[in-house]
Amino acid sequence: MADEALFLLLHNEMVTGVYKSADQGEVENGRCITKLENMGFRVGQGLIERFTKDTARFKDELDIMKFICKDFWTTVFKKQIDNLRTNHQGIYVLQDNKFRLLTQMSAGKQYLDHAPKYLAFTCGLIRGGLSNLGIKSIVTAEVSAMPACKFQVMIQKM
Amino acid sequence: MAVCIAVIAKENYPLYIRSIPAEHELKFHYTVHTSLDVVDEKVSAMGKALVDQRELYLGLLYPTEDYKVYGYVTNSKVKFVMVVDSSNTALRDNEIRSMFRKLHNSYTDVMCNPFYNPGDRIHSRAFDNMVTSMMVQVC
Repeated sequence: MADEALFLLLHNEMVTGVYKSADQGEVENGRCITKLENMGFRVGQGLIERFTKDTARFKDELDIMKFICKDFWTTVFKKQIDNLRTNHQGIYVLQDNKFRLLTQMSAGKQYLDHAPKYLAFTCGLIRGGLSNLGIKSIVTAEVSAMPACKFQVMIQKM
Repeated sequence: MAVCIAVIAKENYPLYIRSIPAEHELKFHYTVHTSLDVVDEKVSAMGKALVDQRELYLGLLYPTEDYKVYGYVTNSKVKFVMVVDSSNTALRDNEIRSMFRKLHNSYTDVMCNPFYNPGDRIHSRAFDNMVTSMMVQVC
């Protein structure tokens, strides 16, 4: 489908754009990541509002996480999360063995240090979605070999 | 058809409230405010209830002498409250439900607008027009 490619291209351009604009001013890696993450946060908030419009009310936290892994992921990345693990104490690990934003880039460990900037947006996406559903969280990503990656979601109890 | 429509944020402050006629505004603010307790009660009761009772539409919250108050809570915990004249008996439950659906659709559009900041008051003209159309339909 054409819209898949468009999302990938737009995302790539976005990352490049953010880093290019930072090059002209200060060169701070962390700030770009934060910027991308915040963009993802706002997009996630909007998306989750639209996706949950016709779904029944969620039972609990796990129900919400399942929704993120199945419906949300399918709509955005055209596949489901491969593995969801939890310790039932507020930590969830979402594992995607073939993450869409990384598949075009490399298969292996060669460009591993470039991976974080392509994952920041998605981290924000998850965090924004959860926050709109009333769950405060910290989301971090972890890559050991592209294109597989893990997202760790730490729920912040209020 | 509706005399007052309100959108209440997750943290229970108003995002949007409109009523006709305008001179009774304060009274409607009060009605909507008191209805929030009922909304909370219904939502927490729903968590314990059966699986199939998880609809977003909450139904009639409470009737007063002159008005009926209906509620709806989205998955993001945003509340919609609608006050309807109780003399208007033609209005069925299903119609109220579809009105809430329309309201929800419109709210989603506002939320997806990149120029809107989540949590701010709603000033969207499209949303305004939609609410107006729901308020005058029958009157």
